[in-house]
Amino acid sequence: MRNGQGAARAPVLQFTNCRILRGRRLLREDLWVRGGRILDPERLFFEERLVADEQRDCGGCILAPGFIDVQMNGGFGVDFSQATEDVGSGVALVARKILSHGVTSFCPTLVTSPPEVYHKFPQTSSERHHGMHLSGSLNVLHWVLPQIPVKSGGPHGAGVLGVHLEGPFISREKRGAHPEAHLRTFEANAFHDVLATYGPLDNVRIVTLAPELDRSHEVIQALTARGICVSLGHSVADLRVAEEAVQSGATFITHLFNAMLPFHHRDPGIVGLLTSDQLPPGRHIFYGMISDGTHTNPAALRIAHRAHPQGLVLVTDAVPALGLGNGRHTLGQQEVEVNGLTAYVAESALCSQGTKTLSGSIAPMDVCVRHFLQATGCSVESALEAASLHPAQLLGLEKHKGTLDFGADAALGGSPAPASGSQPTSDPDFVVLDDSLHVRATYISGELVWQVEEAKQ
Amino acid sequence: MRLVILDNYDLASEWAAKYICNRIIQFKPGQDRYFTLGLPTGSTPLGCYKKLIEYHKNGDISFKYVKTFNMDEYVGLPRNHPESYHSYMWNNFFKHIDIDPNNAHILDGNAADLQAECDAFEKKIKEAGGIDLFVGGIGPDGHIAFNEPGSSLVSRTRLKTLAMDTILANAKYFDGDLSKVPTMALTVGVGTVMDAREVMILITGAHKAFALYKAIEEGVNHMWTVSAFQQHPRTIFVCDEDATLELRVKTVKYFKGLMHVHNKLVDPLYSMKEGK
Repeated sequence: MRNGQGAARAPVLQFTNCRILRGRRLLREDLWVRGGRILDPERLFFEERLVADEQRDCGGCILAPGFIDVQMNGGFGVDFSQATEDVGSGVALVARKILSHGVTSFCPTLVTSPPEVYHKFPQTSSERHHGMHLSGSLNVLHWVLPQIPVKSGGPHGAGVLGVHLEGPFISREKRGAHPEAHLRTFEANAFHDVLATYGPLDNVRIVTLAPELDRSHEVIQALTARGICVSLGHSVADLRVAEEAVQSGATFITHLFNAMLPFHHRDPGIVGLLTSDQLPPGRHIFYGMISDGTHTNPAALRIAHRAHPQGLVLVTDAVPALGLGNGRHTLGQQEVEVNGLTAYVAESALCSQGTKTLSGSIAPMDVCVRHFLQATGCSVESALEAASLHPAQLLGLEKHKGTLDFGADAALGGSPAPASGSQPTSDPDFVVLDDSLHVRATYISGELVWQVEEAKQ
Repeated sequence: MRLVILDNYDLASEWAAKYICNRIIQFKPGQDRYFTLGLPTGSTPLGCYKKLIEYHKNGDISFKYVKTFNMDEYVGLPRNHPESYHSYMWNNFFKHIDIDPNNAHILDGNAADLQAECDAFEKKIKEAGGIDLFVGGIGPDGHIAFNEPGSSLVSRTRLKTLAMDTILANAKYFDGDLSKVPTMALTVGVGTVMDAREVMILITGAHKAFALYKAIEEGVNHMWTVSAFQQHPRTIFVCDEDATLELRVKTVKYFKGLMHVHNKLVDPLYSMKEGK
């Protein structure tokens, strides 16, 4: 029975017959949601004296926090790094499609690209007249970064947490699939070079750079001061340089093992950060891993996981070919060849054979989670946390994302919690999984945004 | 009194749960006719609550027209503390059943005016028409609710300071740290429970045996407050074998011999399902 406080109050939704990932464990508990917030049901009962308006039986499934993918270059034919007139709808398409992979938030990633891909140069009429000298491109300027604003998720698609800029400030030797022509350094003007390349950083969430580049410390400090996560990757840094970068503020490693020096027992390189004792106290390093069965040998995956399980962040590093099937597709400024579950940098049209340089992954996030679980033999909780809690912690969002907690001041009356003195609550973004961790349904803000095609329960 | 003796804890819990079910269903509760139930906390009734939940999930009983009044609550413990009796009742009972939250009454140990809270509780019981069945337990010191030794046998709902026996018994819920156990509680009085039309006391385990002996084989005494129910017209003590260890063989044999009569109270087990 409801107390008589008005039919305008949002309905209370109770997800029953499920196990929730909460407090690092899978608990046999119901999940209570109202108006896009997770509720404390005990408080609802004793203080508001309310019961659920609707109960949804989850058929014994697991309710995990929605997956967060901090490295996606595109998918479903969309290439985020390709400058087009309407980048927004490309991002929206991917955002909608990845709901079926259990991803509720992501960071569209731009690989090394010419400056006009990042931002619109201020156009004076004389510039328009003379054309752009930096890129040598045509009069029409395209730009990408301003067209990818931070956006909440919903039925339209997964939320955009901000853009991940992977390059162009990376190592030539470890550029991988990134085009050599557009690599840059910031030795001349440090942070000003960064701004000149990227333009305004409003929509930027993560920047991957190579810390061995001159003046990287200034850049790392400046980016960190602006709340941007700095990640080390595509680099030939040794451990000492990497540690100094972390001391300057870097908190992430971009796809561990890939595009960096291999582990050596006398200089572990960036990989050594996992067990370094030189990190600032109370902090540990997070590291992305592509768990698609190709980019990292399962034994290497296990070594990293066992060395530092709390820092492991599953990423897809998905390329536009994700979800498309075999064939040739565009990534950044280059062509890639897809065959089965792998994608390689394609040679130019003059050569008949492809290279053996991996070019991003096409394994969806839920496939990565399942593969990670199977390869490491870790607990289901750990596998799920690697795709949800850890990326949320990396981005400092764990009070709202990556968990299914209710704070001490869970909202009363369906209205937002008071601004001051209240504890935040998790957003009810979650994925319904069966025991083999296949996605059955995806919810954002407590609203069903995707479910598997079959007879509805 | 009826002394119902079952072989073990599980059977005793089940018997008690069945009895409660039958009482509620036979009462035929409805929109204008609520069944009022007094409820305990602690480890003893856990098995009984589990069975009640099971019967509810099977569709055999609904708590839609049941009002509950808990016996007690700690003073000064935040309502959402995992050891508060609010948390206990939510986790072990309320969250699994269909009771209307407005009908689940528990004393508020954080009320600004504790005595006023107690008086209001008495008033709510009165307004609900009194308690039909008060289910309770017994402490190792023979107390009912938190009516510690020395409590008046006609006492009403009030603030009580806990006896050392009780604090020791409760320490296990507070990491074994005596300093963390609350020292005061609000509790229904002996008189409050005596006012109920029927009382059922659950007593299981050898550690309760001496208290049971004092409660039913010795005189009415305010040092063993459960003994007051010797003067209640309709009290049932539900025990397991271990709880009878301090009783006279004669007492135990007599009541065991009556089990065929006692079992008629739970067999047949009624159900709210259609056609049963």
